[in-house]
Amino acid sequence: MSNVIVQPSSTNPKKYNVIGTRPVRHDGADKVTGKAIYAADFALPNMAHGAYIRSPHAHARILSIDTSEAEKMPGVLAVATSADLPDPWDKTEELGEGCINYAHLSGNVLARKKALYRGHAVAAVAATDIHIAQEAAKWIKVEYEVLPPVTWVLDAMKEDAPLLHENLITQTLGEKSTKPSNIGQHIHFEQGDVEQGFAEADIVIEREYRTETVHQGYIEPHASVALWNEDGRLKVWTATQGSFTVRQQLAELLKIPVSKITVVPCEIGGGFGGKIAVYEPPVAAVLSRKCGRPVKITMRRDEVFEGTGPTPGSFMRVKMGATKEGRLTAGKAWLAYDAGAFPGGVIGPGCMCVFSCYDIPNAMVDGYDVVLNKPKTQAYRAPGSTHVALATETIIDEIAGELGIDPIDLRLQNAAKEGTRRVDGPTYPRIGLVETLQAIKESEHWNSPLEGPNRGRGVACGFWFNAGLKSSAAANVNDDGTVTLVEGSPDIGGTRTSLAMQLAETLGIAAEDVNPQVVDTDSVGFTDVTGGSRVTFATGLAAHEAALDIRGQMIERVAEMWECKPEDIQVEGGVYRYDDHSLTFKELAVELSKTGEAIVGRAAVNPQGATNAFSANIVDVEVDTETGKVKILRFTIAQDAGKAIHPSYVEGQMQGGSVQGIGWALNEEYFYDDRGELKNASFLDYRMPTSYDLPMIETIIVEVPNPDHPFGVRGVGEVSIVPPPAAIANAIYRATGIRMRNLPISPPRLWKAIAERNGQ
Amino acid sequence: MAIVFIPAQLQDLTDGLDQVELDASSLREVIARLEERFPGTKDRLCDDDELSPALQVSVNHVMTRRLRAEVGPDSEVHFLPSIGGG
Repeated sequence: MSNVIVQPSSTNPKKYNVIGTRPVRHDGADKVTGKAIYAADFALPNMAHGAYIRSPHAHARILSIDTSEAEKMPGVLAVATSADLPDPWDKTEELGEGCINYAHLSGNVLARKKALYRGHAVAAVAATDIHIAQEAAKWIKVEYEVLPPVTWVLDAMKEDAPLLHENLITQTLGEKSTKPSNIGQHIHFEQGDVEQGFAEADIVIEREYRTETVHQGYIEPHASVALWNEDGRLKVWTATQGSFTVRQQLAELLKIPVSKITVVPCEIGGGFGGKIAVYEPPVAAVLSRKCGRPVKITMRRDEVFEGTGPTPGSFMRVKMGATKEGRLTAGKAWLAYDAGAFPGGVIGPGCMCVFSCYDIPNAMVDGYDVVLNKPKTQAYRAPGSTHVALATETIIDEIAGELGIDPIDLRLQNAAKEGTRRVDGPTYPRIGLVETLQAIKESEHWNSPLEGPNRGRGVACGFWFNAGLKSSAAANVNDDGTVTLVEGSPDIGGTRTSLAMQLAETLGIAAEDVNPQVVDTDSVGFTDVTGGSRVTFATGLAAHEAALDIRGQMIERVAEMWECKPEDIQVEGGVYRYDDHSLTFKELAVELSKTGEAIVGRAAVNPQGATNAFSANIVDVEVDTETGKVKILRFTIAQDAGKAIHPSYVEGQMQGGSVQGIGWALNEEYFYDDRGELKNASFLDYRMPTSYDLPMIETIIVEVPNPDHPFGVRGVGEVSIVPPPAAIANAIYRATGIRMRNLPISPPRLWKAIAERNGQ
Repeated sequence: MAIVFIPAQLQDLTDGLDQVELDASSLREVIARLEERFPGTKDRLCDDDELSPALQVSVNHVMTRRLRAEVGPDSEVHFLPSIGGG
């Protein structure tokens, strides 16, 4: 078995002509032949190259920066420090995918009074070539007063911890404390009576967990080319998940109007949440303004690891109670996530997700957003949810074991459904968790034996909200019956094809007859980021509505041609009929320029609902007890996709997120020494899984249509990363009898646990 | 009347009340009614005249940040942390 689609009969699945098929992706040829243009490929005449100097210290006051020697070097065209950025507004704005505080963003782009992590950008040089720029950067003299660093979240929360920001105070839903702290925010949720709930339980399990910082690991580093012209217009070509959010951030950081900025999204080699906040675009822009030439900055891999946002490490204490029949009665969680150098991490969604898969009547959650001397954290696919799933799903597994209940049955017994209230308050609409769990229970994998020593099978499930947000699209009907679809969602997973397919289905034409184009911020209406698993849902909705607009105009036109009323025209399968007249979409398109103006469809949408995604894993492992190495023998993911527009790309998202979750579980972590220096800032030492490490990830797409989308789409891009660490931890327990509660479960750690268990 | 769930961290202003019924047709009116009944609420939920960027609101499980979002007689309203995906 490899890839399966399950359509529960209760959902009355619809039949489509285009949706659900697997056309060749429109960007496929360019991508596999190397012709796709990424930001680092882009060049302009007379272009200069930029390089950074970064702090060697994890925590230091910047006493002075002397750029004079660097500026004297032949070939050096400009130097930039934070003094070249306008004083930032202390303003926090919701940019559609979480908040950004511009003062913090500016301080992260180029350090102001303090370097807050090793690798924090302090200055940058533009020169005629990259080697001169890199050499000149070494001649920038920075005087530091080194301060003690703190790199573990519990240490940063202590009263006597080194303070990163003298003006950071703990916020509690708008109420501010008076004392400076490394705790930026405290979140608290309550539902029912948690003490009463535990009193009613026959079994109560409380455990502590620790996870390390991990990076999104996108293969393409951050890169941008900026051209700040003499007329005051700024154009930036960049690797980004959101060209409009880059434009907004540039406008705020540089204090110029958005109307003066054009952002061109290049093809992107992975983002996963790490390419939403800006790093090099404003720096390249300032250098371009100063030297009067376009400036390109491409980060090295060590700069990506040291200087761009990973996802946080965490400490979690979770307690759950159940009756002997397996009914969950209470849950309590205490969560501390590091935010990196500036506040505003992913503790919020962590708090909201911790018990989100289950109907638990009594629950309490406390969450803390903690700054420390590491790069500012960013989202990483379902940000915050993977951490808490490790805790909840392994405790559920323990409860199942203690009660002698099948682990999937225990989950089914308590699974969240339509109407279940989450601990943060809202109730779920129609969701697909039960169907997803049923799918793994009925799968060939779950029902096949696993034999052999040191082998074990584990299961887990997970949740992510997904987003709606704003999208725009325009579509032009061409004379040959094809349609050019213009949209603003950078394509990080095959979305331009899924959008083309939704437009094609609506118009009754082939997906191959749609030419999707991802365009710049001047060429399409405002579109929020490619993130939050929103593009196939929201931009797809825009494409669908643009197609409906086209269809309406085509009906008007053909009615004129046939001298009848528009309401007399019948349209089915892309064929327009009246009386004994009929024309296909293509035939009608040929007539358009002879009969009137061009037909252009347009739509701007802002769907507000979250599409709610659930996934579940089965994993078989084999543990080498002499080395602690874990081999993944077989891995299955089931996920509710609502409706898989292009099943291959849904499978790809499921597989990709699973692989990232496996890496998070078994190997990936930032190693810091006691000076706060990252010791493994390369792909050699930051060990991500490759195809040599893993079997084919088997997928089960479960289709429980989303009632808030015309084709039933739910976002699929993120939730796949949530359950793997917990599923693997559960499998390792069954293989070895050892519960691992800290990530990663790397060979040295597992070997040590095995040795301790054996009394060695 | 809409049912407004009071976040646990705001219940110091509501004397421990965890939900209230309010007559309001928009989110802006919800906040105004809360402020009338429990002074200090608006400052905790809003920055000037807009919803705090750190918050979003669920109205009948639909997430929004628009203060003009409609609230109906049977609506359920929750104030939640703003979240971003990846």
